[in-house]
Amino acid sequence: MVTLGCFIKRELRLLARQKADWLNPVLFFVIVLTLFPLGVGPEPNLLRLMAPGVVWIAALLSVLLAAERLFKDDYRNGVIEQLVAARQPLLSFVLAKLITNWLSTGLPLVLLSPLVALLLNVDSAAFAALALTLLLGTPLLSLLSVLGAALTVSADKGGILLALLILPLYIPLLIFASAAVEAASMAMPYQGQLAIMLAMLLFALALVPMAVQSALKLNVS
Amino acid sequence: MLFEQLDLSVAAGQLLQIAGKNGAGKSSLLRILAGLAQPEQGQLYFGTTPLRQVMPEFAANLCYIGHQSGVHEQLTARENIRFWHAATAEPQAIDDYALLGQLGLAGLEDIPCRMLSAGQQRRVSLARLWFTRRQLWILDEPFTALDQAAITMLQQHFLLHLQQGGAIVLTTHQKLTLVFEQLISLELAYRW
Repeated sequence: MVTLGCFIKRELRLLARQKADWLNPVLFFVIVLTLFPLGVGPEPNLLRLMAPGVVWIAALLSVLLAAERLFKDDYRNGVIEQLVAARQPLLSFVLAKLITNWLSTGLPLVLLSPLVALLLNVDSAAFAALALTLLLGTPLLSLLSVLGAALTVSADKGGILLALLILPLYIPLLIFASAAVEAASMAMPYQGQLAIMLAMLLFALALVPMAVQSALKLNVS
Repeated sequence: MLFEQLDLSVAAGQLLQIAGKNGAGKSSLLRILAGLAQPEQGQLYFGTTPLRQVMPEFAANLCYIGHQSGVHEQLTARENIRFWHAATAEPQAIDDYALLGQLGLAGLEDIPCRMLSAGQQRRVSLARLWFTRRQLWILDEPFTALDQAAITMLQQHFLLHLQQGGAIVLTTHQKLTLVFEQLISLELAYRW
């Protein structure tokens, strides 16, 4: 536990020093959602219809953008290799990366959701659903992107490979999240979709940390 | 095949020096010894048991510093040391200012390591050896970029570690300048 706390502090320090790593994806999210209404025209109903899908696609891509550099520095300077040799601290390291990745890329999207609702003319019922899906869905996005980053860490220009690996895994989330928001905007119940998202999140939470550990080991051996 | 007819052992109090030309496989051998890579053939033993069965115990006794230093350039010397202190779960607290002062880095404790020279970064990386309680040190080219004074200091520290019953495996091109009583030298030669 002490180790985990120490590792989280280290990651937060690094994020504070390399602001572009997490600010760029967040800005990307905001920019896409600002441009959208300008591009498709100010038809209120049209925007409302498209909002769930658009928000979620922007969220997926923004999280993906943040993933690529996640393990790069620590791989290049040998930290990962030496952690793998030491074995036992590797899980704490992975958990620290997961937690701070969500704090720096997922949480800002949740916090920005009121702004997004305003930009895309989302009504209050759908907004609640949007915020809830982002809260449930962004941790899953983080988990999967960390997994992708760990798998591609030794690939020199792994960006596109990472996208190819991870985007298919995002698709179920995209479908259920936008379905939930859509149902909410038509005043229908959406607990079912949320429950499925929660189930996917718990499943990933149980397996991804182990998978990331193995992927890192694979990449240094 | 990278290695042929290779048989080596390191006991407590011994220092194994692996020499050889560039590309002879020194680092690969160290990575195999550290359990990072698996040999295609042959066996590794820790004590009398095959290494694979006692990996956790082995890893808990191992301090491996590879070719890359394990120093993050954006973190300061102190933060790097504290990271490794936490990662290796050392029970004793460290006085990081005193340690860095001892290593000739006084006044440089709180600036990011990317501003330090290669030799100074190497010192930050090796600082781990001054607080670790682990017995087996596997070091890939520990003397790289160090000046003569630091090389001597490091060798004195090696002697201390060996006296306390530790063991060291290292690769280097340089001749060790201090006298190590239980020194085993291994020269990797290559045949095509």
